[in-house]
Amino acid sequence: MYARTIPIVPAVRSGQGSKDASFEYLTTRKDELIGWARKFSIFPYPFVTACCAMEFMAVSASPYDTDRFGAALPRFSPRQADLLMVVGTVTHKQAPVLLRVYEQMCEPKWVMAFGVCATSGGFYQNYAALPGIDRVIPVDIYIPGCPPRPEMVIDGIMQLQDRIARSSHPILTKDF
Amino acid sequence: MPAPIFDTLQQELVPTSGPAVVSHGVLVFVLTPAELLPTARRLRDAFGFDVFLDVTAVDWLGQVPRFEVVHHFYSTRHTLRVRLKTRVAEADPGVDSLLPLYGSAAFMERECHDMYGIRFHGNADLRPILLYEGFVGHPLRKDYSKTHEQPLVPYRN
Repeated sequence: MYARTIPIVPAVRSGQGSKDASFEYLTTRKDELIGWARKFSIFPYPFVTACCAMEFMAVSASPYDTDRFGAALPRFSPRQADLLMVVGTVTHKQAPVLLRVYEQMCEPKWVMAFGVCATSGGFYQNYAALPGIDRVIPVDIYIPGCPPRPEMVIDGIMQLQDRIARSSHPILTKDF
Repeated sequence: MPAPIFDTLQQELVPTSGPAVVSHGVLVFVLTPAELLPTARRLRDAFGFDVFLDVTAVDWLGQVPRFEVVHHFYSTRHTLRVRLKTRVAEADPGVDSLLPLYGSAAFMERECHDMYGIRFHGNADLRPILLYEGFVGHPLRKDYSKTHEQPLVPYRN
Protein backbone atom coordinates (compact mmCIF):
# COMPACT_ATOMS: atom_id res chain seq x y z
CA MET A 1 0.00 0.00 0.00
CA TYR A 2 1.25 3.46 -0.75
CA ALA A 3 -0.14 6.90 -0.24
CA ARG A 4 -0.10 9.36 -3.07
CA THR A 5 0.42 12.96 -2.36
CA ILE A 6 -0.87 15.71 -4.51
CA PRO A 7 1.95 17.30 -6.41
CA ILE A 8 1.49 20.97 -5.84
CA VAL A 9 3.54 23.08 -8.14
CA PRO A 10 3.83 26.69 -7.04
CA ALA A 11 3.69 29.22 -9.72
CA VAL A 12 6.96 30.97 -10.30
CA ARG A 13 6.73 33.93 -12.55
CA SER A 14 9.78 34.37 -14.60
CA GLY A 15 11.88 37.24 -13.46
CA GLN A 16 9.92 38.04 -10.34
CA GLY A 17 11.06 35.22 -8.07
CA SER A 18 8.18 35.46 -5.65
CA LYS A 19 9.09 33.83 -2.34
CA ASP A 20 5.80 34.19 -0.49
CA ALA A 21 3.57 31.22 0.23
CA SER A 22 0.67 32.17 -2.00
CA PHE A 23 -0.01 29.86 -4.91
CA GLU A 24 -1.06 31.27 -8.18
CA TYR A 25 -2.08 27.90 -9.50
CA LEU A 26 -1.41 24.26 -8.87
CA THR A 27 -1.39 21.25 -11.09
CA THR A 28 -2.69 17.85 -10.13
CA ARG A 29 -4.84 15.09 -11.51
CA LYS A 30 -8.55 15.50 -11.10
CA ASP A 31 -9.02 12.07 -9.49
CA GLU A 32 -6.25 12.69 -7.01
CA LEU A 33 -7.59 16.07 -6.02
CA ILE A 34 -11.14 14.84 -5.53
CA GLY A 35 -9.94 11.68 -3.81
CA TRP A 36 -7.79 13.75 -1.46
CA ALA A 37 -10.77 15.96 -0.63
CA ARG A 38 -13.15 13.06 -0.17
CA LYS A 39 -10.88 10.96 1.99
CA PHE A 40 -10.77 13.69 4.62
CA SER A 41 -14.46 14.46 4.60
CA ILE A 42 -16.07 11.12 5.38
CA PHE A 43 -19.51 11.68 6.84
CA PRO A 44 -20.50 8.45 8.58
CA TYR A 45 -24.03 7.24 9.11
CA PRO A 46 -23.90 4.95 12.17
CA PHE A 47 -26.29 2.04 11.67
CA VAL A 48 -25.86 0.89 15.26
CA THR A 49 -27.72 -2.22 16.32
CA ALA A 50 -25.82 -3.94 19.13
CA CYS A 51 -23.06 -3.93 21.69
CA CYS A 52 -20.37 -2.75 19.23
CA ALA A 53 -21.96 0.67 19.77
CA MET A 54 -19.93 0.95 22.97
CA GLU A 55 -16.74 0.58 20.98
CA PHE A 56 -18.04 2.99 18.38
CA MET A 57 -18.53 5.57 21.13
CA ALA A 58 -15.05 4.86 22.48
CA VAL A 59 -13.41 5.36 19.12
CA SER A 60 -15.42 8.52 18.47
CA ALA A 61 -14.57 10.10 21.82
CA SER A 62 -11.53 12.22 22.48
CA PRO A 63 -8.94 9.56 23.49
CA TYR A 64 -9.03 8.02 19.99
CA ASP A 65 -10.80 10.80 18.15
CA THR A 66 -11.86 9.85 14.65
CA ASP A 67 -12.13 13.56 13.95
CA ARG A 68 -8.43 13.42 13.13
CA PHE A 69 -9.42 11.54 9.99
CA GLY A 70 -12.26 13.83 9.10
CA ALA A 71 -14.71 11.09 9.98
CA ALA A 72 -16.19 12.23 13.24
CA LEU A 73 -19.40 14.00 12.46
CA PRO A 74 -22.18 11.43 12.21
CA ARG A 75 -25.05 12.36 9.96
CA PHE A 76 -28.28 10.83 11.15
CA SER A 77 -29.81 11.04 7.73
CA PRO A 78 -28.48 8.60 5.14
CA ARG A 79 -29.03 11.27 2.48
CA GLN A 80 -26.29 13.40 4.02
CA ALA A 81 -23.83 10.57 4.64
CA ASP A 82 -21.28 8.83 2.47
CA LEU A 83 -19.98 6.14 4.84
CA LEU A 84 -22.44 3.57 6.17
CA MET A 85 -20.99 2.13 9.37
CA VAL A 86 -22.92 -1.02 10.23
CA VAL A 87 -22.14 -1.49 13.91
CA GLY A 88 -23.49 -4.71 15.36
CA THR A 89 -25.63 -7.69 14.53
CA VAL A 90 -28.14 -7.37 11.72
CA THR A 91 -31.08 -9.75 11.77
CA HIS A 92 -33.08 -11.04 8.85
CA LYS A 93 -35.96 -8.92 10.09
CA GLN A 94 -33.77 -5.83 9.94
CA ALA A 95 -32.12 -6.53 6.58
CA PRO A 96 -34.81 -4.65 4.57
CA VAL A 97 -34.20 -1.59 6.76
CA LEU A 98 -30.46 -1.77 6.15
CA LEU A 99 -31.00 -2.11 2.41
CA ARG A 100 -33.36 0.88 2.40
CA VAL A 101 -30.84 3.02 4.29
CA TYR A 102 -28.10 2.01 1.86
CA GLU A 103 -30.22 2.81 -1.15
CA GLN A 104 -31.07 6.26 0.23
CA MET A 105 -27.40 7.26 0.38
CA CYS A 106 -26.06 9.30 -2.49
CA GLU A 107 -23.07 8.27 -4.56
CA PRO A 108 -20.23 8.12 -3.83
CA LYS A 109 -20.78 5.89 -0.81
CA TRP A 110 -18.81 3.36 1.14
CA VAL A 111 -19.79 0.70 3.64
CA MET A 112 -17.87 -0.41 6.70
CA ALA A 113 -18.73 -3.69 8.47
CA PHE A 114 -17.87 -2.85 12.08
CA GLY A 115 -17.30 -5.93 14.20
CA VAL A 116 -17.52 -9.61 13.51
CA CYS A 117 -21.34 -9.81 13.48
CA ALA A 118 -21.68 -7.32 10.64
CA THR A 119 -18.75 -9.00 8.89
CA SER A 120 -19.89 -12.60 8.95
CA GLY A 121 -22.64 -13.06 11.51
CA GLY A 122 -19.99 -13.80 14.12
CA PHE A 123 -20.91 -16.51 16.57
CA TYR A 124 -24.56 -16.35 15.58
CA GLN A 125 -25.72 -19.16 13.37
CA ASN A 126 -29.45 -19.36 13.78
CA TYR A 127 -32.82 -18.42 12.35
CA ALA A 128 -32.50 -14.77 13.28
CA ALA A 129 -29.05 -13.45 12.36
CA LEU A 130 -27.95 -12.34 8.91
CA PRO A 131 -24.61 -14.08 8.24
CA GLY A 132 -22.77 -10.95 7.17
CA ILE A 133 -24.18 -7.75 5.74
CA ASP A 134 -22.40 -8.41 2.44
CA ARG A 135 -25.24 -10.81 1.65
CA VAL A 136 -27.43 -7.74 1.24
CA ILE A 137 -25.21 -4.73 0.42
CA PRO A 138 -21.65 -4.40 -0.91
CA VAL A 139 -19.00 -3.82 1.76
CA ASP A 140 -15.74 -1.90 1.34
CA ILE A 141 -14.00 -2.42 4.68
CA TYR A 142 -14.37 -5.26 7.17
CA ILE A 143 -13.26 -4.78 10.76
CA PRO A 144 -13.17 -8.04 12.74
CA GLY A 145 -13.24 -8.32 16.49
CA CYS A 146 -15.88 -8.78 19.12
CA PRO A 147 -15.81 -5.88 19.66
CA PRO A 148 -12.92 -4.42 17.63
CA ARG A 149 -10.27 -2.42 19.41
CA PRO A 150 -10.31 1.30 18.62
CA GLU A 151 -6.95 0.85 16.91
CA MET A 152 -8.53 -1.63 14.53
CA VAL A 153 -11.30 0.82 13.69
CA ILE A 154 -8.80 3.59 13.06
CA ASP A 155 -6.78 1.23 10.89
CA GLY A 156 -9.96 0.42 8.98
CA ILE A 157 -10.72 4.10 8.47
CA MET A 158 -7.18 4.73 7.22
CA GLN A 159 -7.37 1.81 4.81
CA LEU A 160 -10.67 3.14 3.54
CA GLN A 161 -9.08 6.57 3.11
CA ASP A 162 -6.31 5.03 1.02
CA ARG A 163 -8.88 3.23 -1.04
CA ILE A 164 -10.87 6.42 -1.60
CA ALA A 165 -7.73 8.31 -2.54
CA ARG A 166 -6.67 5.68 -5.05
CA SER A 167 -9.99 5.14 -6.75
CA SER A 168 -11.31 7.05 -9.71
CA HIS A 169 -13.79 9.82 -9.09
CA PRO A 170 -15.79 10.45 -12.22
CA ILE A 171 -17.59 13.76 -12.46
CA LEU A 172 -20.30 12.15 -14.50
CA THR A 173 -21.42 8.60 -13.78
CA LYS A 174 -23.52 6.32 -15.89
CA ASP A 175 -26.55 7.32 -13.86
CA PHE A 176 -25.96 11.04 -13.96
CA MET B 1 -36.55 -19.74 55.37
CA PRO B 2 -39.53 -20.51 53.16
CA ALA B 3 -42.61 -18.34 53.44
CA PRO B 4 -45.66 -19.73 55.28
CA ILE B 5 -47.55 -19.74 52.00
CA PHE B 6 -45.10 -22.39 50.80
CA ASP B 7 -46.61 -25.16 52.90
CA THR B 8 -50.13 -23.87 52.45
CA LEU B 9 -49.79 -24.09 48.70
CA GLN B 10 -48.38 -27.59 48.87
CA GLN B 11 -51.29 -28.76 50.99
CA GLU B 12 -54.22 -26.91 49.47
CA LEU B 13 -53.40 -26.73 45.76
CA VAL B 14 -53.09 -30.33 44.64
CA PRO B 15 -53.56 -31.13 40.95
CA THR B 16 -54.44 -34.61 39.75
CA SER B 17 -50.78 -35.47 39.21
CA GLY B 18 -50.04 -35.04 42.90
CA PRO B 19 -48.80 -32.26 45.14
CA ALA B 20 -46.21 -29.75 44.08
CA VAL B 21 -42.55 -30.64 44.18
CA VAL B 22 -39.77 -28.22 45.08
CA SER B 23 -37.14 -27.57 42.45
CA HIS B 24 -34.35 -25.09 43.21
CA GLY B 25 -36.58 -23.47 45.83
CA VAL B 26 -39.50 -23.03 43.44
CA LEU B 27 -42.80 -24.86 43.82
CA VAL B 28 -43.55 -26.81 40.65
CA PHE B 29 -47.07 -27.90 39.77
CA VAL B 30 -47.55 -30.42 36.97
CA LEU B 31 -50.97 -29.91 35.40
CA THR B 32 -53.23 -31.23 32.71
CA PRO B 33 -54.31 -28.68 30.06
CA ALA B 34 -57.81 -28.52 31.57
CA GLU B 35 -56.44 -27.66 35.02
CA LEU B 36 -54.27 -24.75 33.88
CA LEU B 37 -56.77 -21.90 33.82
CA PRO B 38 -58.54 -22.80 37.10
CA THR B 39 -55.19 -23.26 38.85
CA ALA B 40 -53.88 -19.92 37.62
CA ARG B 41 -57.11 -18.25 38.66
CA ARG B 42 -56.86 -19.73 42.12
CA LEU B 43 -53.21 -18.72 42.45
CA ARG B 44 -54.11 -15.15 41.60
CA ASP B 45 -57.33 -14.79 43.58
CA ALA B 46 -56.77 -16.98 46.63
CA PHE B 47 -53.00 -16.95 47.10
CA GLY B 48 -52.01 -13.49 45.87
CA PHE B 49 -49.84 -14.33 42.86
CA ASP B 50 -50.33 -11.00 41.17
CA VAL B 51 -47.47 -11.00 38.66
CA PHE B 52 -47.44 -13.18 35.56
CA LEU B 53 -43.71 -13.47 34.88
CA ASP B 54 -43.42 -15.50 31.72
CA VAL B 55 -44.71 -18.30 29.60
CA THR B 56 -42.39 -20.45 27.57
CA ALA B 57 -42.21 -24.03 26.42
CA VAL B 58 -39.87 -26.99 26.32
CA ASP B 59 -39.63 -29.25 23.30
CA TRP B 60 -39.03 -32.83 24.46
CA LEU B 61 -38.50 -34.18 20.97
CA GLY B 62 -39.19 -37.93 20.88
CA GLN B 63 -41.35 -38.00 23.99
CA VAL B 64 -45.11 -38.23 24.12
CA PRO B 65 -46.63 -35.75 24.75
CA ARG B 66 -43.97 -33.68 23.10
CA PHE B 67 -44.29 -30.14 24.47
CA GLU B 68 -44.29 -28.75 27.97
CA VAL B 69 -45.74 -25.27 28.46
CA VAL B 70 -44.17 -23.55 31.45
CA HIS B 71 -45.78 -20.65 33.29
CA HIS B 72 -44.11 -18.64 36.05
CA PHE B 73 -45.93 -16.50 38.58
CA TYR B 74 -44.70 -14.22 41.33
CA SER B 75 -46.38 -12.95 44.44
CA THR B 76 -45.32 -9.49 45.57
CA ARG B 77 -47.02 -10.11 48.92
CA HIS B 78 -45.22 -13.37 49.69
CA THR B 79 -42.14 -12.69 47.50
CA LEU B 80 -42.46 -16.20 46.13
CA ARG B 81 -42.43 -17.76 42.70
CA VAL B 82 -44.31 -20.81 41.44
CA ARG B 83 -44.01 -22.73 38.23
CA LEU B 84 -46.78 -24.52 36.33
CA LYS B 85 -45.91 -27.20 33.82
CA THR B 86 -48.48 -28.43 31.33
CA ARG B 87 -47.74 -31.19 28.85
CA VAL B 88 -49.43 -30.87 25.46
CA ALA B 89 -49.38 -33.22 22.48
CA GLU B 90 -47.71 -32.50 19.16
CA ALA B 91 -50.92 -32.97 17.19
CA ASP B 92 -52.74 -30.14 18.96
CA PRO B 93 -50.23 -28.12 20.99
CA GLY B 94 -52.66 -25.81 22.75
CA VAL B 95 -53.53 -24.58 26.21
CA ASP B 96 -55.99 -22.01 27.49
CA SER B 97 -54.88 -18.41 27.29
CA LEU B 98 -54.37 -16.57 30.56
CA LEU B 99 -55.58 -13.35 28.96
CA PRO B 100 -58.73 -13.23 31.15
CA LEU B 101 -56.48 -13.15 34.23
CA TYR B 102 -53.42 -11.16 33.19
CA GLY B 103 -53.33 -8.56 30.41
CA SER B 104 -49.58 -9.08 30.07
CA ALA B 105 -50.25 -12.58 28.79
CA ALA B 106 -51.08 -11.21 25.34
CA PHE B 107 -47.52 -10.45 24.24
CA MET B 108 -45.85 -13.33 26.09
CA GLU B 109 -48.19 -15.87 24.54
CA ARG B 110 -47.51 -14.37 21.12
CA GLU B 111 -43.79 -14.90 21.65
CA CYS B 112 -44.33 -18.48 22.79
CA HIS B 113 -46.48 -19.09 19.74
CA ASP B 114 -43.72 -17.62 17.54
CA MET B 115 -40.99 -19.81 18.91
CA TYR B 116 -42.73 -23.10 19.68
CA GLY B 117 -46.05 -23.03 17.87
CA ILE B 118 -48.08 -23.41 21.03
CA ARG B 119 -51.62 -22.21 20.43
CA PHE B 120 -53.34 -20.29 23.22
CA HIS B 121 -57.09 -20.72 23.09
CA GLY B 122 -58.72 -17.39 23.85
CA ASN B 123 -55.83 -15.23 22.60
CA ALA B 124 -57.16 -14.00 19.29
CA ASP B 125 -54.00 -12.09 18.34
CA LEU B 126 -51.24 -14.62 17.76
CA ARG B 127 -49.52 -12.68 14.96
CA PRO B 128 -45.72 -12.85 14.92
CA ILE B 129 -44.21 -10.51 17.49
CA LEU B 130 -40.48 -11.28 17.30
CA LEU B 131 -40.51 -13.10 13.98
CA TYR B 132 -41.75 -11.54 10.76
CA GLU B 133 -44.78 -12.13 8.58
CA GLY B 134 -44.16 -15.04 6.25
CA PHE B 135 -41.80 -16.93 8.55
CA VAL B 136 -42.49 -20.64 8.18
CA GLY B 137 -42.07 -22.91 11.18
CA HIS B 138 -41.12 -22.36 14.78
CA PRO B 139 -37.38 -21.80 15.27
CA LEU B 140 -36.95 -22.97 18.87
CA ARG B 141 -38.39 -26.38 18.17
CA LYS B 142 -35.68 -29.02 18.26
CA ASP B 143 -36.40 -30.16 14.71
CA TYR B 144 -35.84 -26.68 13.26
CA SER B 145 -32.37 -26.77 11.67
CA LYS B 146 -30.07 -24.09 13.04
CA THR B 147 -28.65 -23.47 9.56
CA HIS B 148 -32.07 -22.86 8.01
CA GLU B 149 -32.42 -19.23 6.90
CA GLN B 150 -35.50 -17.38 5.74
CA PRO B 151 -34.12 -14.08 4.43
CA LEU B 152 -36.47 -11.24 3.66
CA VAL B 153 -34.01 -9.65 1.22
CA PRO B 154 -32.69 -11.76 -1.66
CA TYR B 155 -28.98 -12.46 -1.26
CA ARG B 156 -26.62 -10.72 -3.65
CA ASN B 157 -24.88 -13.93 -4.72
